Amino acid sequence: MSGDDGLIAQQIPRLRRYARALTGDRSAADDLVQDTLERALSRYHLWRRGSDLRAWLFTIMHNIYVNQVRARSRHQHEALEPDSGAEALRGRDPDWLELRDLASALARIPEEQRAVVLLVGLEQFTYDEAARVLDIPIGTVMSRLSRGRERLRALIGGDTNVTSLKVVK
Amino acid sequence: MSGAPVTEADLHAYVDGALPPARAAEVEAYLAERPDEAARVAAYREQIQALRRDFDRVMDEPVPERLLRPRRPGVVRRYAAIAGWIVLGGAIGWELHAFTSERQVEATAWARRAAMAHVTYSPEVRHPVEVGADQEAHLVAWLSKRLGTPLKVPHLGALGYALVGGRLLPGDRGPVAQFMYQDGKGLRLTLYVRANPDATQETAFRFSQEQGISVFYWLDKKLGYALSGEIDKGDLLRVADAVYKQLNP
Repeated sequence: MSGDDGLIAQQIPRLRRYARALTGDRSAADDLVQDTLERALSRYHLWRRGSDLRAWLFTIMHNIYVNQVRARSRHQHEALEPDSGAEALRGRDPDWLELRDLASALARIPEEQRAVVLLVGLEQFTYDEAARVLDIPIGTVMSRLSRGRERLRALIGGDTNVTSLKVVK
Repeated sequence: MSGAPVTEADLHAYVDGALPPARAAEVEAYLAERPDEAARVAAYREQIQALRRDFDRVMDEPVPERLLRPRRPGVVRRYAAIAGWIVLGGAIGWELHAFTSERQVEATAWARRAAMAHVTYSPEVRHPVEVGADQEAHLVAWLSKRLGTPLKVPHLGALGYALVGGRLLPGDRGPVAQFMYQDGKGLRLTLYVRANPDATQETAFRFSQEQGISVFYWLDKKLGYALSGEIDKGDLLRVADAVYKQLNP
């Protein structure tokens, strides 16, 4: 078993990088990684040897994250207000002071777009791989990528927020 | 040269280096005439670099200890493990993939129930057993009667495990007995015993491990046994061996 654990352990730094960017919060990210590792170990026999272990782990992480986001939006309606979530996160983690624009912009784009932007841009998954990890058609990957990158550009590009951008357009 | 119109998807594929060279050249020609689109593409590339700049350093941080040992068996984790066991379905250990007969599947499901029973009762502080070791004779008589076949309780004191007691549990095909043992540090093992559907069958030890719980299980004519514990395979095998020898002197 230890050799197999080792294969999974090699992926921890990348899982942490993605989780940090996805959640914008150090401890929430590591909780997500921990849940992912535990689920992966409990289902390790379901992984097909020779297939892409990294994609499998990211798939597990994505499923856990989506469930958490759903649970949160059921229980904490105030978090649905567009900017309050980002402000709260920024206050909790000193990283936010350093990451400034990009991280706060990431926190303000919809979760489904953020996942695609990060899988493709940060994690260098191909569009096909991202589609499989997220279990969506490749056309949906492309449209989420396009919308996500455009929103980020608008958010980083100036003080304009997404709402006023819509009005301008 | 395909000459097809440049789409939004092409622009992103260009940013991500996913286009074949010929198509990339067409996109470049397209961008050369459209400064707004070129600026947009440049901004997307800058986004990717910024993501790397900000988040690559996470990979250089030391990995927290809790992520390197994701299988710590705290009580909450144990109950989470129950859910894990249920999800696992028919496949308990990869060694078993070679066996597909109905009997094997049934034995596997039964070993899983043994592990679930271990996970459920071994953390109990006040009520780990129904009948304590101080009433051992009564315990054995009672469980033998309910299983419909004479039971023996192995004594594992030589290996450092004292009998705590036992309880009666529901099984797939009738009542099941669980004996619990504990070492000096409070580490518990459970021996799960049932009457076999086929009283002539014997098997070698089989092993499975999931969620940090090791299980050795075997069939021995009238009775089937599964020994579970959160210990290494080698340590558990020593105990399983002792159990087997006491039951087959």
